[in-house]
Amino acid sequence: MGSTWSTDLYLFIFLLLGLLLPIGALWGLGPLLRPSRPSKAKQTTYESGAEPIGDAHVRYNVRYYLFALLFVVFDVETVFFYPWAVANHILGKFGLLEMVLFIVLLAIGLLYAWRKKVLEWN
Amino acid sequence: MPALWLWQHGPVTWPHVLVMILGAIVTLAVTLGVVTYTIYAERKVIGWMQGRIGPNRVGPFGLLQSFADIFKLLIKEDIVPEKADRSLFLLAPIIAFVPSFMTLAVIPFTMRHIFTADFGVGLLYYLALSAITIHGVMLGGWASNNKYALIGGMRSAAQMLSYEVPLGMSLVGVALMSGSLNLNHIVLAQSRTVWYVVPQIVGFCVFLVAATAELNRTPFDLPEAESELVAGYHVEYTGFRFAFFMLTEYVYVFAMGCLAATLFLGGWSGPFLPGWLWFAIKVFAFIFFQFWLRATMPRIRVDQLMSFSWKVLLPIAMLNLVGTAIVTTLW
Repeated sequence: MGSTWSTDLYLFIFLLLGLLLPIGALWGLGPLLRPSRPSKAKQTTYESGAEPIGDAHVRYNVRYYLFALLFVVFDVETVFFYPWAVANHILGKFGLLEMVLFIVLLAIGLLYAWRKKVLEWN
Repeated sequence: MPALWLWQHGPVTWPHVLVMILGAIVTLAVTLGVVTYTIYAERKVIGWMQGRIGPNRVGPFGLLQSFADIFKLLIKEDIVPEKADRSLFLLAPIIAFVPSFMTLAVIPFTMRHIFTADFGVGLLYYLALSAITIHGVMLGGWASNNKYALIGGMRSAAQMLSYEVPLGMSLVGVALMSGSLNLNHIVLAQSRTVWYVVPQIVGFCVFLVAATAELNRTPFDLPEAESELVAGYHVEYTGFRFAFFMLTEYVYVFAMGCLAATLFLGGWSGPFLPGWLWFAIKVFAFIFFQFWLRATMPRIRVDQLMSFSWKVLLPIAMLNLVGTAIVTTLW
């Protein structure tokens, strides 16, 4: 059974309601209840009470980029597993063999990243 | 009237739409109620575990404490820092919250699926939406233009990305066994055979660890480490915007409990008691486990955090996947 129109509509209603709650609370109800007395001191960046130095929009540690790359590789692989898992009883042994090969290739990729010390955090 | 409840497979008519809207509103109300009392229960249970009393001032046994907190947040001033990227700063809590609520649309709360979309790719839908929240968290951290918030946002993103992979892979075993991604069908398959926590015990363990990390809860609460980062990505957020980030976290605790109950603990299936009660018991067991962890475990170090996901959880999840595939195909 695939999804029907009513399923899609139900998900869309959830989207609308999910948007309505924060928008209603933050822009509808909120301004009626909360004070608004902005001042220069209030609007400075919080840095544990000290005068903030410089900007936070700076170049950032490259470590995060490596993990993001790894994530893209492995998450896309994971997404490939799902359709196979559902169709596994149709594909049978051939599908299994193909997928085990795929997983072995993945594992080699992981081992390579491991050996290259990409997985270390320092 | 009973025909109205069968909105899933019939043509879309106005009464059906009305029932759907009601269903979504009921789900939202139940979720908010559960979140409110999860926060109260967390404080109370951890208080008991640490030999304290916990909240006991507002209402009998402190039962109205969370409502008082929510009202307090609602009447606090909404401050936007001068240096912040204003539009992204205002948008980030919404980007974080909306997917957390949308994931609940596919959770089979009861046997009759009144409040559940019969969605063919429900499991994938959950994973895809929960990944969108990372954008909200990271945008919030970046748009604040605050160093603590930036570090917190970056750590959150790195952690959630790293644990997303073993989480997704541990669930493939369930999809293999049930042959479906529709959460309703997965529960049905379990009610006919056995709860998947038994044959998928390895997958369940990986899922439990990865889910705790995805939820940014102790021992994986580095993004919000109060003692190191002040508060993490939401340092600059005040009042109700901060409340929406907190709400998102607790909705995900609830949603992840629902997912654990649905995929591994047989959802609404169980003897004697009605289905919704079984479901509630299983979800609460998961939530209680999270409280218990928080009262027991210290926080792990950032270098241990990343390598644990990639060097321990991911290989275990892959082995579990291969094992499950071989067993389900050859038997």
